[in-house]
Amino acid sequence: MRFAGRTVGWSSGLVAVLCAVVTTSAGIGPVWIPPAVVGKVLLNAVVVPTGISVSGPAVDVTTAHVFSYAVSDLQTQIVMQVRLPRILLGAVVGFSLAAAGTIMQGIFRNPMADPSIIGVSSGAAVGAVGFIVAPVVIPFGLGLRGAAFVGALVAAFGVYLIATRNGRTPVATLLLAGVAIQTFLGAVVSFLLLHSGESIRRALYWLMGHLKGASWPEVTSSVVLVAVPFVVLLAYARDLNVMLLGEEDAQSLGIEVERTKRVLLALSAVITAAGVAVAGIVGFVGLIVPHVMRLLVGPDHRILLPTAALAGASFLVATDTLARSGSAEVPVGIVTAVLGAPFFLYLLRKREVHEL
Amino acid sequence: MLDVSDLAVSFGEQSVVSSVDFSVDRGSLVGLVGPNGAGKTTVLRAVKGTLNPDTGTVRVDGEPISDRSAKAVSRLVASTPQGTSLSFDFSVRQTVEMGRTPHLGRFDRMDDGDRSAVETAMERASVAKFADRPFTSLSGGERQRVLLARALAQETPVLLLDEPTANLDINHAVRTLELVRTLVGDGKTAIAAIHDLNLAARYCDKLVLLAGGGICAAGRPADVLTSDTLRDAFDAETLVTTQPGTDAPLVTPLADRETVDRRIHVVGTGKPAASAVSTLVGAGCRVSVGVVPAGDAAAERSRDLDCEAVTVPAFAGIDDAARERAVELAQAADAVVIAGETGDGNSPVVRAGGTCLAVETDESDYTSTTHDTVPLAALPASVASLPPASERDATLPLNQSTTD
Repeated sequence: MRFAGRTVGWSSGLVAVLCAVVTTSAGIGPVWIPPAVVGKVLLNAVVVPTGISVSGPAVDVTTAHVFSYAVSDLQTQIVMQVRLPRILLGAVVGFSLAAAGTIMQGIFRNPMADPSIIGVSSGAAVGAVGFIVAPVVIPFGLGLRGAAFVGALVAAFGVYLIATRNGRTPVATLLLAGVAIQTFLGAVVSFLLLHSGESIRRALYWLMGHLKGASWPEVTSSVVLVAVPFVVLLAYARDLNVMLLGEEDAQSLGIEVERTKRVLLALSAVITAAGVAVAGIVGFVGLIVPHVMRLLVGPDHRILLPTAALAGASFLVATDTLARSGSAEVPVGIVTAVLGAPFFLYLLRKREVHEL
Repeated sequence: MLDVSDLAVSFGEQSVVSSVDFSVDRGSLVGLVGPNGAGKTTVLRAVKGTLNPDTGTVRVDGEPISDRSAKAVSRLVASTPQGTSLSFDFSVRQTVEMGRTPHLGRFDRMDDGDRSAVETAMERASVAKFADRPFTSLSGGERQRVLLARALAQETPVLLLDEPTANLDINHAVRTLELVRTLVGDGKTAIAAIHDLNLAARYCDKLVLLAGGGICAAGRPADVLTSDTLRDAFDAETLVTTQPGTDAPLVTPLADRETVDRRIHVVGTGKPAASAVSTLVGAGCRVSVGVVPAGDAAAERSRDLDCEAVTVPAFAGIDDAARERAVELAQAADAVVIAGETGDGNSPVVRAGGTCLAVETDESDYTSTTHDTVPLAALPASVASLPPASERDATLPLNQSTTD
């Protein structure tokens, strides 16, 4: 099980990196908290279930704290309520964008594809900016996030429908339909911004991508939205490998190409939408992280997908830490682009991208 | 094992093939041949189910392929594409391992059986020695063998090969087809689209010649590959002889130039005479030969090319009957061509012809002071520049006076 060992090895390594990045990041801010203290705070928060009592319709799970290190209440408060939600949200968003980017690059057999290629980000932008400019009532109190999420999925589904004919969705058509729809939605966003009046600042801030004001409920809902599709995607990793041979070859190797493509597109659209809805448009994570991880671990999606996702989580947490630790906070989308673009160009120059 | 009936495929308005019917028996290799764009690949795609035909059915083991799932088909039919566009750096081994996909469930891992199938496939396609190199670093021919290995790893009863030898050197082309023969001998059923007619003729049990949107001819290679069917299918003049060492037909395309409409009598023996006969027949001349000893290269060649040769038993000397017949042929010819040793007793034949040319040879002791000498390559042009016999009669006296 040489291969499985490699996957587990890389994944655990990257989980360790993620833990280290999270711990360090939680210490950074106006008040410096040493990593050791952060570690204790985090450990104190770990609970294990000790018993379940069922009384009528309510299921009551009693839990117990495993550790009880002596940490000041203030430090606990800062880590658990102020910094950790934002950090974990950043991790989830980075995870989702990198995972979706990996899938898209696989489906399109093109290392230049990114998660928003089928219009997800543009759709989210229309939803979010539309909501900011002309707030509408969305059930379940989802507000801005809900509008962005719905906009993202509607756009992706629209692109899919436009590109589909007689039950077949050629990726070239999908790509071009995606480009057209992105351009169109970009125009809609511009129009909305022109008429946004007072709220233009808020709208622009959203468009640049940021993690400010994250809360625990957001973390929970986005973890659920990302985790479930991700597990299914992992199960499709081998199919995606075979799809890289080309659709015709994939079919003659027993892959139901159109169905597989539908599943992969739908799930990665959901994952991307979940990320974009809470963070706005954060570029380059979904493009660069899969690219770098492919150089490190190879193109096999069974190892590439989990490692790229974990690396994406660490990357976004680290860049968001940079974004918020300056004297004035900048949107994280700017930081990822400023760091990502030169690095990507460096890769382009160093390793010729062959055979797109 | 595999039946294609009434298959018709069109892309949009453009019909590619129609009324395609053929069947392949278990343990046999059928070659699809035909000009570019005749629909060889299209038929293969329909057979493996990646293309939906307008009409017609493809049955494997009696059941239509369209009734089966992609997975079920992929356990029955493996195929090698003409090329592949693998854009990420998978190793050769990983690429071949993908051939096991049909046998693995979503959550299965490869077991020892799968791994040994992969190793065997790589050995057989002779790609094992670069198993760990990235696929994208390979040459076209190496990639083609990797794709063959992938198809072999599928371990299916039916194998479809689209131009399996197109990029291969002669060694690997022959090895690939020998391998396919071995697999067919083990009971596999194979269809190969091959543009090389001679390889197809040598290795296939049956050929299906596609041309003009349908089947032009089908059957044993010797029945399909005739000058007439090839003219219909390819719009080209060919010379069909027999491949040395087998009885498969050997197709030699003839250059598409104006044919030299002359009747030539060749006098001479050995390789020079045989070459002269081939060259002249290739240029479109009607050729006769003689007198030559039976079994001489020139005699063999004329028999292959359907030319009349006047022969006498070897070492027997030229008898009168033979000499008379040869003289008749020489007189009827527009020119006599001397190539190689003519042997004693042929001088009356040489004299009988009106115009006479000699072909340059390496050991040209004969090359003569008496006749114009031309290189072999220039022979058709020289012959063409001579007046035909019908016009020559008027100048006969003059000619004779100069030769004597």
